[in-house]
Amino acid sequence: MAKTYFTEDHEWLRVDGGVATVGITDYAQEQLGDLVFVELPEIGRKLAKGDTAVVVESVKAASDVYAPVDGEITEANASLSADPSLVNSAATGDGWLWKMRLANESQLDSLMDEAAYKAHIG
Amino acid sequence: MTGQDTRHLPLEDLHQAAGGRFGAFAGWSMPLTYPPGVMKEHLHTREHAGLFDISHMKLFEVSGPGAIALLNRACPLDAGALEISQSKYTFFLNEAAGIIDDLIVTRLGDDRFMVVANAGNAVEDEKHLRALAAGFDARVDPLDRVFLAVQGPDAWAALARAGIETGSLLFMHGVEPRQNWFMSRSGYTGEDGFEIGLPEADARDLVAKLLGDERVQWIGLAARDSLRLEAGLCLHGQDLTPEIDPASAGLMWAIPKDIRASGHFIGADALRSIIERGPSQKRVGLKPDGRQPVRSGAALIDADGHPAGHVASGGFGPSAGHPVAMGYVNTALAKAGTKLFADVRGTKIPVDVTPLPFTPHRYRKG
Repeated sequence: MAKTYFTEDHEWLRVDGGVATVGITDYAQEQLGDLVFVELPEIGRKLAKGDTAVVVESVKAASDVYAPVDGEITEANASLSADPSLVNSAATGDGWLWKMRLANESQLDSLMDEAAYKAHIG
Repeated sequence: MTGQDTRHLPLEDLHQAAGGRFGAFAGWSMPLTYPPGVMKEHLHTREHAGLFDISHMKLFEVSGPGAIALLNRACPLDAGALEISQSKYTFFLNEAAGIIDDLIVTRLGDDRFMVVANAGNAVEDEKHLRALAAGFDARVDPLDRVFLAVQGPDAWAALARAGIETGSLLFMHGVEPRQNWFMSRSGYTGEDGFEIGLPEADARDLVAKLLGDERVQWIGLAARDSLRLEAGLCLHGQDLTPEIDPASAGLMWAIPKDIRASGHFIGADALRSIIERGPSQKRVGLKPDGRQPVRSGAALIDADGHPAGHVASGGFGPSAGHPVAMGYVNTALAKAGTKLFADVRGTKIPVDVTPLPFTPHRYRKG
């Protein structure tokens, strides 16, 4: 069964069978405002935790989205090329950013569950 | 400029009540967006009327028998040629003709003028003007006002419903409709609109009336920036700096011909020699290919990979429907249609030099 984790950088990961779907939280999209462009990662790119995976651009500014754990990109959400506002309207659903095969599942242990994340954003 | 020195708008409580999201700008805590968000706020302004709190900007009254001479020294301006109520976009220049600030000067009376200056430069502007005023028979009085802008095609009608008639006031004119009020038909969006400086109590009353009109919404600083960028209007600190002169900035239209030739303003000699040899760089509009915005500071290169200039302001234009930017490029590359590239995090984004503005101005000129 898929399990969802959260990071202090306001990302979510839904992990299923060693693959994580990653996006930003509703709180994060609200802070960023209307997105106009998402720079998607290349498939096959290997990322270490903390590397910039994606850049999301609002009307006013560009913001980095970091790899929450080590892994390799297996898919990027191509529908964001045509409609980046999906991240605003469905941050935790159709507005997902990328999928990655986890290199080290034990890194998930340091992430938050939903209750802890809710407490984190207050 | 952050921390304990941050200044707060007199109407901050109203912005908080309206759900404003705040951020720092030029030493002020400013509402950046409201719940509709920058995209809707921007489009609302172009379609109806946006209400902006621009109290971070500073109003100065310059008066006295030497007021004209003072302004003619401080700015490349013929202050005595302005008709009463006429406004003029102008600058404070340094000795090298670099732009210390861009401002709007309005003639209120025979020897009385209103100067509207940018927030980020207000302290420096006041110091500069006061130091100059010592040599003239003139006073410089910073005014304590709330400053509001109402911008968009419905601005005049919304003001009329709020009891403020604007009918005979034309673009780039300003008057004092009530005690301690200053109202000009001008703005920073490319739309018809007004800027009104007034005491706080009057401002609260006016805001309540305006927001009772469904055509009017609060608009934050984020949309103010995208609106002005689409309109090709400069932001001091990005598009204009003390290292940039009016000729390079493409703003010579603001300087009357005889003043260029014979004015005694600070920076006159330097500006004349820049005009004579031609500016080495020019401000241009830049239209990025595709949807990825190019931002302030991005390097520009030409088709051969040589440095061509830099992006000064960039973002997304909600009305244009694509990214928009302005920048400085070598004069030889300033022609519309020139193909350049912006370096965005190592990726070369094709950009076209393009005429400004991106969205046509809709000023009420007569």
